[in-house]
Amino acid sequence: MKIPVLRIYTIAYLIFLYAPIIILPIFAFNNSTAVAFPLQGFTTQWFSQVWADPALREALKNSMIVAVSTSVLSTLFGILAARASTRYSFPGSGPVLGLIMLPMVLPEMIMAMALLVVFLSIGVPLSLFTIILGDVLICTPFAVAILTSAFQSLDRSLEEAAQDLGEGPFSTFYLVILPLVMPGIISASLICFTISIDEFIIANFLGSGQKLLSTYIFGQLRFPKNVPNIMALGTILVGVSITLLSLAEFFRRRGIAKTGAKDTGGFL
Amino acid sequence: MSEPQPRTRFWGSEAASGLALISPTALYAILLLAAPLATTLIYSVFTDGYLTVIPHFQLCNYFGECHSQLQDGTMEPQAYLGAWSDPVVLSLMQRSLFVSVLVTATTVILAYPVAYFVSFNVDASRKSLWLFLITIPFWTSYVIRVFMWNVMISRTGVINSVLEGLHIITDPLQMSFTIQAMVVTLAHAYAPFAILPIYVALEKIDRSLLEAGQDLGETRFSTFLRVTLPLSMSGVIAAVLIVFIPVIGDYITPNLIGGGKIPMIANMIEKQMLKADNRPLGSAIAVSAMLVVGLVSVLFLFLNRRYLMGQK
Repeated sequence: MKIPVLRIYTIAYLIFLYAPIIILPIFAFNNSTAVAFPLQGFTTQWFSQVWADPALREALKNSMIVAVSTSVLSTLFGILAARASTRYSFPGSGPVLGLIMLPMVLPEMIMAMALLVVFLSIGVPLSLFTIILGDVLICTPFAVAILTSAFQSLDRSLEEAAQDLGEGPFSTFYLVILPLVMPGIISASLICFTISIDEFIIANFLGSGQKLLSTYIFGQLRFPKNVPNIMALGTILVGVSITLLSLAEFFRRRGIAKTGAKDTGGFL
Repeated sequence: MSEPQPRTRFWGSEAASGLALISPTALYAILLLAAPLATTLIYSVFTDGYLTVIPHFQLCNYFGECHSQLQDGTMEPQAYLGAWSDPVVLSLMQRSLFVSVLVTATTVILAYPVAYFVSFNVDASRKSLWLFLITIPFWTSYVIRVFMWNVMISRTGVINSVLEGLHIITDPLQMSFTIQAMVVTLAHAYAPFAILPIYVALEKIDRSLLEAGQDLGETRFSTFLRVTLPLSMSGVIAAVLIVFIPVIGDYITPNLIGGGKIPMIANMIEKQMLKADNRPLGSAIAVSAMLVVGLVSVLFLFLNRRYLMGQK
């Protein structure tokens, strides 16, 4: 009998990947301030405790403002760049796209520090707005990547047909292209929302001390007695992230099915 | 009739539409990415003042001894060392480089079989489901994931409890605050970055080449070594760069897993830029780190150039 070594290895690897987020809810419901085995019984007190913290509600509000703004702006920038690069050929498209995609590989710390130095030098006061500016920079490449594949699978003849039937460029875009790439747009905005909610370095360095969810969590981790609360909050956040991602994946696939292209796999 | 003017030919042309369409995104990247990076580069050769930067050219932020200007305009008598002359910065740089290389090697070697499995052994209709499963953990909060590793490896943590429960060990293993723990955490965090490019490269391989190899009497393993692996090297190279470059600037893992005891270069940049208010030195360290990363990447590309020949 042949042993499926690769399959076993891959499953072991998936367990390694999922270990932290599987263990998280176990301790979120564990009735003990110590995050250790053996488990001490079931409780939901950490969830009610964390929800009762006014600082968390403030952080949640700030995070929502930042994440929604980031998601809208990055997706808009992504649509423009993806449409330009898939539909038109123009001089310098390589270097320009390279620059737009650069934040995907550049260490975040270097970008955050460079932005911080510029903001301080030209006297831009740090606020939620500066966090949004940084987050948009980080998220746009992901939006461009998702939207490029959405625009790429478009059939050019559909657009030409609309124009032959007398539609202008704007109405063609609105009536023909937009509905076809809509799933890609929804997918990109959900991904950007998720990235922004989880983003720590930008929120930590480009903010004025107002807490966001990620910086709130980081701050609480220093106090051992608050750790179970953070486990509860983390469980909710991971749950929300996975829900949003599943939605994003659902829309991405529907988009591919709509345009009749072949599914080539993941987001990136 | 004369030819249309080049100007009018340009406007309304395909190139102009493309440029016009991409310009908002491009402008954003220029203003908020290219300009700040250029500023960092310029600051790194300026003089440090009190809460400011003085546009006075000098290279001592990189080499030799440097003096900051004080609030009253005089120079501080106590000199500080430039990035490449300061043994503390150099040792942090060395450690960051060491950790990055170790993380990159671990991540890519662990990821390759996974990418291979999904590309070759999974039914075409289920590939995107597998890729989705692989990417999910990556999209959840980085701070929480890193902290969970801390929970798992601490003295009273999950791994020690399980090993003690199974009577494999009697004394808890000391795993917190070690470089190994940082490597595991980072290899976990950057996993999809390694799997996806390798998967894409493997998907592009013409399957008939593999059959040809086996028809010509190669074993499965030698077909892998002589056909599959070389053809997938472009993906491996992309994976190496896409993991190596960001890891060197990682900030959260040294803080949470290293407990601040094993700082890396990002922590030093933060210290100089903020706590010490020495933006020129902070900029010089940042530029130096990027230079080191860039040089190692270029060297790596050069050493692997034969795998990239004939591809775009």
